[in-house]
Amino acid sequence: MMLTPELFIQHFFNALALGSLYGLIAIGYTMVYGILRLINFAHGDIFMLGAYFVFFSTIAFMPAWLAALLVAIALLIMFTTFRDKSKATPAWYWGAQALLLGLAGYYGFISPVEFQPPWVLAVFFAIAVTSACGIVVDRVAYQPLRDAPRISALISAIGISFLIENLGVVVFSGLPRAVRQPDMLVKPIIANISAITGNADSVVRISPMALIVPSVSLLLVSGLLWIIYRTKPGLAMRSISKDIETTRLMGVSVNKVIALTFALGSALAAASGIMWALRYPQIHPYMGVLPGFKAFIAAVFGGIGSIHGAMLGGLILGFIEVFITATFPALSGYRDAFAFVLLIVILLWKPTGIMGARTEEKI
Amino acid sequence: MLSIADLHVYYGGIHAVKGISLDIAKGQIVTLVGANGAGKSSTVRAVSGLVKSCTGSITYEGHGNILGKAPEEIVRTGIALSPEGRRILPHLTVEENLQLGAYIRNDTQGIAKDKEWVYSLFPRLKERAWQAGGTLSGGEQQMLAVGRALMSNPDIVMLDEPSLGLAPKLVNEIFAIIKHINSLGKTILLIEQNAFAALSIAHKAYILETGTVVLEGTGQELLHNPEVKKAYLGG
Repeated sequence: MMLTPELFIQHFFNALALGSLYGLIAIGYTMVYGILRLINFAHGDIFMLGAYFVFFSTIAFMPAWLAALLVAIALLIMFTTFRDKSKATPAWYWGAQALLLGLAGYYGFISPVEFQPPWVLAVFFAIAVTSACGIVVDRVAYQPLRDAPRISALISAIGISFLIENLGVVVFSGLPRAVRQPDMLVKPIIANISAITGNADSVVRISPMALIVPSVSLLLVSGLLWIIYRTKPGLAMRSISKDIETTRLMGVSVNKVIALTFALGSALAAASGIMWALRYPQIHPYMGVLPGFKAFIAAVFGGIGSIHGAMLGGLILGFIEVFITATFPALSGYRDAFAFVLLIVILLWKPTGIMGARTEEKI
Repeated sequence: MLSIADLHVYYGGIHAVKGISLDIAKGQIVTLVGANGAGKSSTVRAVSGLVKSCTGSITYEGHGNILGKAPEEIVRTGIALSPEGRRILPHLTVEENLQLGAYIRNDTQGIAKDKEWVYSLFPRLKERAWQAGGTLSGGEQQMLAVGRALMSNPDIVMLDEPSLGLAPKLVNEIFAIIKHINSLGKTILLIEQNAFAALSIAHKAYILETGTVVLEGTGQELLHNPEVKKAYLGG
């Protein structure tokens, strides 16, 4: 089937949006791999958490939102401070913990407060909490296994992934939920393209999300690249990826930098999850599995360890999926298989990926 | 200023350092001389906190026993190591490698000043400031490793084989620079296989063999010691 120019333009923007969403998730895989040589299989589930957190903070009852925030802060304090066992834990620490958890219990279960936060605030909140979840995943699942064989951390990754999914079923319930889309994101943009086709009534309809997603993604990736290439923690991240011991000699606290890596990767996954939920407005606890796998493939395709590669891989994957199903509608049932075919091809043809550097061992 | 007492270092079943004791006075150049496997590198690695299993004590003026502290804490106390094998970051530029060396500092102006100072010590690095570290020659990488250690503004600089793999002309140059750095008030712990050059500039020297100190004295004393002459200075 031939694509008309109208269809081509519509599919082009759909592909761009889908590809950006894959790319944002893929960056998280590639960053963690670059530093720890670990595939963080829980990353797709972090994506799911992002979608759920924004869902709960905009649509559902607020007590859960507030309770979650307080518990998250309590956890964050618990996991980030007073790791120095030689010093006694100060009393105010336990006081703060008790206060936060007490308030969480009070607002969550005893006396729920009705409060609807503005939409933008909810998005930032969801991203922040998802970042915290990424750090917690690192602390509980990967940090204790830093010096263990790599396969142990991989098994731990798969375990934590199942844990989050099933915890999601318990806490969020397994029933899919519909996400309410703001009207301004639903009404398609209609553009007349008669100048290109010469046909007076050729019109394209593009969902606003198909324009917003690539723009936001571009902004986020630019911000990430700025952090990595222009700031001190970014310098430490790039350094750790090559030589942990020497980086420590320079005074870098490796675990803090790794936590930052997880936080940034999870923030991008959360952003992707939120935009995914707005574009394909249904969320469920397993929604992260398939996008997670596909983004992982995108990261491998682009060259794992390379951020540019991950974004490029995501975009290519998005285009392949959209355009193959558009050109050969008979194959649309197999659309999820394209990514895996791509994985097999890239592993046979160029295992380092498009932008992956061959690892050199120099003495 | 820094005194190491009865240091033992183990790697798995290997007992690499067997009870070494050293004293490093402020403002001195102290050198450890010995063959491969004598325990020189293990000693400085232990001081830097890179060795997991070691016993004994390392007392650093004003900081107490620093044995068992993490490497990132040690560098903050003012002890920097230019490690064996240079270990520069090959994918970072010369400039970025130096910035990483100054990671513990926040005084932007002081960092900029020290960077200019390092560039004045090693003008070759300035020419290559925006090149990736991995593209430098061995000698240039060595200069970068020394410069990077200086960037943390340490009180004690430990240099592990700074002349290894360098052209003879560069070796003299690097020893002159070490003397110069010392003259600016920095204490230096120097590990060398080039015993003659090291003893010539050292205030104090220790000869290590199979994990123990076999001789100690001033640089000049050891330079004229017949045993040392025979074993390390080619007659």
